[in-house]
Amino acid sequence: MSSTSVLYDAPGVRAKRRNIIYTALFVVAFVLAAWWILSVMADKDQLAANKWNPFVTDAEVWTTYLLPGLGVTLQAAALSIVIALPLGALLGIGRLSDHAWVRVPVGAVVEFFRAIPVLLMMVFAAQLYVQFSTVSSDLRPMYAVVTGLVLYNASVMAEIVRAGILSLPRGQTDAAKAIGMRKGQTMVYVLVPQAVTAMLPALVSQLVVIVKDTALGGALLGLNELLYQLRPITANYGANTIATLVVIGLIFIGLNSLLTSFAGWLEKRLRQGKKSSGAVLSADDVQQANAPGGKA
Amino acid sequence: MFDFLDSGRYDLLGAFWVTVQLTLYSAIGSLIWGTLLAGMRVGPVPVMRAFGTAYVNVVRNTPLTVVIVGCSVGLGQTLQITLGGEDFKTMGFRLAVLGFIAYTSTFVCEALRSGINTVPVGQAEAARALGLSFVQVLTLVVLPQAFRAVVAPLANVLIALTKNTTVAAAIGVAEASLLMKEMIENETSALFAVFALFAFGFIVLTLPMGLILGWVSKRVAVKR
Repeated sequence: MSSTSVLYDAPGVRAKRRNIIYTALFVVAFVLAAWWILSVMADKDQLAANKWNPFVTDAEVWTTYLLPGLGVTLQAAALSIVIALPLGALLGIGRLSDHAWVRVPVGAVVEFFRAIPVLLMMVFAAQLYVQFSTVSSDLRPMYAVVTGLVLYNASVMAEIVRAGILSLPRGQTDAAKAIGMRKGQTMVYVLVPQAVTAMLPALVSQLVVIVKDTALGGALLGLNELLYQLRPITANYGANTIATLVVIGLIFIGLNSLLTSFAGWLEKRLRQGKKSSGAVLSADDVQQANAPGGKA
Repeated sequence: MFDFLDSGRYDLLGAFWVTVQLTLYSAIGSLIWGTLLAGMRVGPVPVMRAFGTAYVNVVRNTPLTVVIVGCSVGLGQTLQITLGGEDFKTMGFRLAVLGFIAYTSTFVCEALRSGINTVPVGQAEAARALGLSFVQVLTLVVLPQAFRAVVAPLANVLIALTKNTTVAAAIGVAEASLLMKEMIENETSALFAVFALFAFGFIVLTLPMGLILGWVSKRVAVKR
């Protein structure tokens, strides 16, 4: 690694000595910080074995709280992406329409929902269901969270789809026109199938964003997803707040790391593949699609 | 339609002012910490590189809500690390800023790292040929050019941060989305008006950011 970086030379005698000093200083600082945190934790009795044991020895904490919570998280994320994907595709294609009366309103809708925080939409949807629907109160949080996530992510996906279609070489449209395809046929048979392949890594990356956002529903709307289990667990297992937070955090990190590396693998595979037109949307494009005004 | 505003019960501007403050402090903090992280990740010391990589991968995959709730419930209430905040309000605000900095800095770091990659190899090689050390190469030659290339990606991070500050409502920081939650439950007859009002507020905050920084990014971009 050190020999490939252009920012510094391969270390000589003095640089090696300096690196050892930096390493030592950094390790000391790191150990001091860790020791301080651990001593504060010990001080507040958060290191006691009985606070961490339940997660290893007691299967009930998993079967009653964590796994059902994870199930709800996955369910909310899956529902959101399944609904948001076709909606987003429709919006994305609508934004590319030749007719201004389709393109302009669709563009306004997409930009609007991309510009406001997803939490606003969840809170709004929750109250909407209270006032204008007969959804029972125990299902309402799920409805509200999924509605909020769908509204937001459909508009993000719209940008991803649009970028995916625009990333295809112009020759694809020209060739389709040359053999006499209509605009709709060009879209359905030529552009969309290729764009979907190009978009796959970006879509998986967006799934990470969705999984992360479901935790909002637990904290503010009472959806019984993974983070929501913090309170019942700490109430039943003797105020083991830190231990529970760490376990919940680790589950989220594991799940999202899996998705992230899957997206990276897909991207690499698609870039190497010879069948596609060579257009691939990466995780960076997702970040831009998540910011209003940003061009994905 | 908007007569609920005349009752004087809601401090709308105050709530948005808290949002702006949260954004501002978190932005400054994450710019500093993110730059340091980027420096570690491209640096010659293997331990720092490993730390930077591990930090970014772990924090980026944690939901922001977990980070913020962890700061409040974990650090604040359980470990009583209050960051010098005397009352519940200042403590919540400071812990929220800490959480936002921890989370947003990972995105700043990744944006900067891709910016460093856009700087031509010859720049760093020339700097090394002059005998500059790694820190000098980075701070005098590479980073100034990298920053100019990443204004647009950093603007996206800033806009995402502005929207993300709403998560602070989860720990009771009195910013815009918490006020909206309260208003929407009280003013049931004006549901759509309340939503439109807050949506408008956020658009007013984020849209100029994108436009201004987009203009800046075009102006400062290094012409190559």
